[in-house]
Amino acid sequence: MAETIIKIDNVSKSFGGKTVLENINLEVKKGEFVTFLGPSGSGKSTMLRLIAGFLTPDEGTISMNGNDITKVPPFQRKLNTVFQHYALFPHLDVYDNVAFGLKLQNLPKQEIEQRVSKVLKMVSMTDYEDRDVTSLSGGQQQRIAIARAIINQPEVLLLDEPLAALDLKMRKDMQIELKEMHKKLGTTFIYVTHDQEEALTLSDTIVVINEGKIQQIGTPTDIYNEPCNSFVADFIGESNILNGTMIEDRKVSFIGHEFPCVDEGFGENVPVDVVIRPEDIYMTHKLEAAQFTGVVKSCVFKGVHYEMFVDSDFGHELMIQDYNAFEIGSTVGMLIKPSDIQVMKKERTCNTFEGVMVGSNQVEMIGAKFDCEDTGLAAGDKVRVEVDFDKIELLDNKEDGSQTGQVSFILYKGDHYHLTISTREGDKLYVDTNDIWDKWDIVGISIKPADMRIVKA
Amino acid sequence: MKRSTWASPYFIFLLLFVALPLILILVYAFQDNEGHFTFQHFVKFASESESINTFTYSIEIAVITTLLCLLLGYPAAWILSNKALNRSSVTIILFILPMWINMLVRTLATVALFDFMSLPLGEGALIFGMVYNFLPFMIYPIYNTMQKMDHSYEAAAQDLGATPSQVFRKVTLPLSMPGVSSGILMVFMPTISTFAIAELLTMNKVKLFGTTIQENINNGMWNYGSCLALIMLVIIGITMLYSDEQSAQDDEKGGLI
Repeated sequence: MAETIIKIDNVSKSFGGKTVLENINLEVKKGEFVTFLGPSGSGKSTMLRLIAGFLTPDEGTISMNGNDITKVPPFQRKLNTVFQHYALFPHLDVYDNVAFGLKLQNLPKQEIEQRVSKVLKMVSMTDYEDRDVTSLSGGQQQRIAIARAIINQPEVLLLDEPLAALDLKMRKDMQIELKEMHKKLGTTFIYVTHDQEEALTLSDTIVVINEGKIQQIGTPTDIYNEPCNSFVADFIGESNILNGTMIEDRKVSFIGHEFPCVDEGFGENVPVDVVIRPEDIYMTHKLEAAQFTGVVKSCVFKGVHYEMFVDSDFGHELMIQDYNAFEIGSTVGMLIKPSDIQVMKKERTCNTFEGVMVGSNQVEMIGAKFDCEDTGLAAGDKVRVEVDFDKIELLDNKEDGSQTGQVSFILYKGDHYHLTISTREGDKLYVDTNDIWDKWDIVGISIKPADMRIVKA
Repeated sequence: MKRSTWASPYFIFLLLFVALPLILILVYAFQDNEGHFTFQHFVKFASESESINTFTYSIEIAVITTLLCLLLGYPAAWILSNKALNRSSVTIILFILPMWINMLVRTLATVALFDFMSLPLGEGALIFGMVYNFLPFMIYPIYNTMQKMDHSYEAAAQDLGATPSQVFRKVTLPLSMPGVSSGILMVFMPTISTFAIAELLTMNKVKLFGTTIQENINNGMWNYGSCLALIMLVIIGITMLYSDEQSAQDDEKGGLI
């Protein structure tokens, strides 16, 4: 196993009271191509800026080759960055941009010239030395930015969404070039992107980040085939995420049917999340041989395969990809192989809030006061409140609720939506609903007194 | 009504108050008292050592003022635009505030201040007054350029191994040049033509080019006065052209102009 080059230990960072990274632990091996993957605002760029040295963590340490570099300024770190918008110096031409790092080291002119022409050749930008950087296209600027960063021969190259500004065709070409460059240079690459396909194509290791926490670390195949929670499953590729129950070892029930699977050790009759990739459901016209049946609702040609939505016999909507098209309205049979069923432990089965009693029939929690049934508890008593996912009502008119929140994550579970609602104070509520909400909608939150289970803490 | 007709009031205004006076200056400068075409005023200017001396002295004072404004204004603009050093937007207002007060009032206050501290009025007082009056015109365009500057350039330089002082010399300074040239223009142009500040702060002991023009016009020597004004306009025009070339090279303009 290769040795560790970058080690991140218990790093936390917050901006103005808002936690951006929480307790991050990560090791990057020498020569690895590591990708930080997450949606915008997940904290992945902050993590890169911490490694580059433009930010210092509030807590924790970052070390490189075993030396603590947490407080070392960026110009003394042996790593270089390719910036998101390239940040090429507009007052210098291509040659001076690329030679910037070498000129600072006061190297002889001849050596600088040799090395500049070598890296320009590497990024296929020979003969562009005298060009103004502002006259270059996006892809060319990108190449110059990479040349400028690798000329210092850094031990680690940091890339902050370097392909985000390019069009699709160009992005695909650059992906291949980056991968080849990584092989040729042998340098450790740390790459930040929100594009899951890019991450799967390029990386040796993917670090999935959401809301300031590492969700999963693994190879592209691990992350795709065995997502560890519903966020990762939803974020990487297409998937059907369903509520299920683990009946016993190797037997799971979902969409109203029992299926054999390969997972063990969950216990008996435990609620679980089940992930099925759309290409892993087999469709057939032979209904008697199928595990369950359904009616084809839509069928769209996607180039290589057809993408179909099928309503199963117990009313769950499934996304299926198949090379053959099935007629809309026809009844089809479906099969799922045991090894294609990915079972995940549920992170929670109901909402749990910390609260304080205001009176015997009012409780203060998630930053607001809620009426509850008479508990007989005195004001000031600390309590734990449990509310089922489907017992929280979301209201269009935010003034009508006891508290307001914003829809921050939407998960479709075949027959209902599972929403994450974040309040301004940072509390999170999980809601099951059949209503359609959009991400970032502001909603009023209301809970009926009878639906709260209050236990003295 | 066509949209172009809306512009006519402005067009008439420009014609009456900008174009016409300029044409008059041009015409008067090449006329003698009887209205005949002549170069005599220019010859007079070139042959009289006193007027040449006043002219070079004015340029000298303008250059000194501009340099002092630059030396004081650049660091001020840098500090104001630096978020770590200046967290409030009120400080920039405080620096710009003097621009809102009439220049004569400010200059009279300077005279009173020198009086109160029993300092002599003269060349020193003149330069002090000029710098005090024109400093905001230097700070603002530089501040503006630095404010708009993309900080990722500085980050990139640091990333490539530049120490903070190298970052400043190789990135921040060259990228702020549009603001600097705009600031120089904003200070140099008015200082070369001032006369009120000079009169008040030197008790009329020191004569600037602007003073000479004003004296000539006041004493009815319109033709010679126009000739001097024309010479000054040409000098200002040359500085303008030079700085235009500068800012044409850079994409980011310094603002204000």
